[in-house]
Amino acid sequence: MPDSELTQTLEKRTAVLRRHMLTMAANGQLIHLGGSMSIAEIMAALFFHFLEVEGKERPKDHFILSKGHTVHALHACLAELGKIDADEFTRLGQMGTCLAGHPSLKAPLVEFATGSLGHGLSVGIGIALAEKLNGQGSRTVVLMGDGELQEGSVWEAALCAPRFGLENLLAIVDYNGFQANAPVGDILPLDPLEEKWRSFSWNTQVIDGHEMGSILGALEAFPASKGPTVIIANTVKGKGVPGVEGTARAHYTSLEDNEVQDALKGLEGE
Amino acid sequence: MLGFVWAFAQGAVLTEMAERNPNLVVVSQDMGPMSPFSEKFPDRFFDVGISEANLVGVAAGLAHGGKLPFVVAMAPFVTMRGFEQIRDDCSYNRKGVKIIAPCSGLEAGHWGATHHAVEDLALLRLIPGMTVLCPADPGEATRAVLAAAEIDGPVYIRFGYIQPIEGYEEDFVIGRAPVLREGSDVAILATGASVTEALKAHDLLKGEGVSARVLNMHSIKPIDRQAIEKAAEEIGRIVTVEEHFVNGGLGGAVAEILAELGKGRLLRLGLKDEFVMEVAPYPDILKLVGLDAESIAASARSMLG
Repeated sequence: MPDSELTQTLEKRTAVLRRHMLTMAANGQLIHLGGSMSIAEIMAALFFHFLEVEGKERPKDHFILSKGHTVHALHACLAELGKIDADEFTRLGQMGTCLAGHPSLKAPLVEFATGSLGHGLSVGIGIALAEKLNGQGSRTVVLMGDGELQEGSVWEAALCAPRFGLENLLAIVDYNGFQANAPVGDILPLDPLEEKWRSFSWNTQVIDGHEMGSILGALEAFPASKGPTVIIANTVKGKGVPGVEGTARAHYTSLEDNEVQDALKGLEGE
Repeated sequence: MLGFVWAFAQGAVLTEMAERNPNLVVVSQDMGPMSPFSEKFPDRFFDVGISEANLVGVAAGLAHGGKLPFVVAMAPFVTMRGFEQIRDDCSYNRKGVKIIAPCSGLEAGHWGATHHAVEDLALLRLIPGMTVLCPADPGEATRAVLAAAEIDGPVYIRFGYIQPIEGYEEDFVIGRAPVLREGSDVAILATGASVTEALKAHDLLKGEGVSARVLNMHSIKPIDRQAIEKAAEEIGRIVTVEEHFVNGGLGGAVAEILAELGKGRLLRLGLKDEFVMEVAPYPDILKLVGLDAESIAASARSMLG
């Protein structure tokens, strides 16, 4: 069991990440809020506990945000790591910042620029293959969206990874149930999702992606003795923003002042 | 299918390179064993199966992890199904993936237009930071492979129906077009397998008293702008020859340069905005589309007088 002190620390970190994202969505700034909020706990666990993101020639561990439009959660982590200035969150996308709408090589610690969906898992396989040869015990994490899984290239990669073993590769699916315009189940259903990955010979774990203890438990179980692992994290799109969470509007929106205030109140207890 | 023969022959070249460079890896897609590389370095040979998007992404990841990945993949499929991965994962992310691509141009012959790679030069020429090479003979193909390993960034090497050109041992310098025959009446700028036909056309024209300069445009990007401008200034009549649509490839690149220069007349030989619908072997297809030596000579002649 993960210790409760760590869990609490990471929950506090998560609340800070959400506060940053509320700042980003305020004052008329339109952002991909929903999918950024839904990965807040996962990102906190990865960036403040699990990953060693710095190294000599290249990062010790690798992180690819394959659902690149939810870069805001990554930018929030970078601020907490002291790599970028949180004051810039009121100037998203403006000249002179590194805060693009998708991970950009302009930003510190961004390893791989993404944006078009369905690229990250293949890239992650290549990195994991390289790091196996390098023999430094490096781990590669690829975070994908649920809508992203509609891309055929994801399944080319899903078929490929177990063929090469790749115990050092961890895929995480943010299963928040919504894509841009409607619930995933209404557009192109993915279920039964765990069975799909399992039938492709992946180790699978299904967790509550907002429950820090579950996330840490799943990360502790990695690597499996054989083959790559996928964590399917059941989450809520727009988590933490009352009235917005769990709706299609959460996908790409800005927040009214009162919505920001309500959400901040909700975070006070955390 | 000589492109396949010579692409697979690079297995020996890559093996030698890999002995010196422990980071060299090969990524294939059900494209043969690349002997003896796969036997000698089984841990550095990855066959990802028939999956071009995944193939290029995996190669980009290998480059990110510090490797020098050579990809062996079918030209029409890797450039079209893998296009976005080449653009985003290799070019935008600055990953030095080197692609060896047989089945290029019309070499697939009677296999049909699905297997003709006649858009690849145009597609890849668009991508920033991409190097696009189209060697004229097997020796040059190997020199292109060696050159690709030496430069930063992604490289695409097109393997068409190439045959040895007797006595041809020109140094391979990316971006520089060797002059294979000097001439003053017309300049024939050819690329890949078309260079062999252009040389035959040169001899046919010579027999008629027509002096043709023949340039081997093995680098489509970067292209030898200086050589093109020189041909326009000194000769003025230019014929481009390629197993590719006349739009966007070598002919397109030369047209852009001549338009900016404001000099020179151009005739582009290649596929004219139509797929090859006839069923025929490679040599007959060349005749059908006007890319054999006789057709090239006739086209060159049409520019005179």
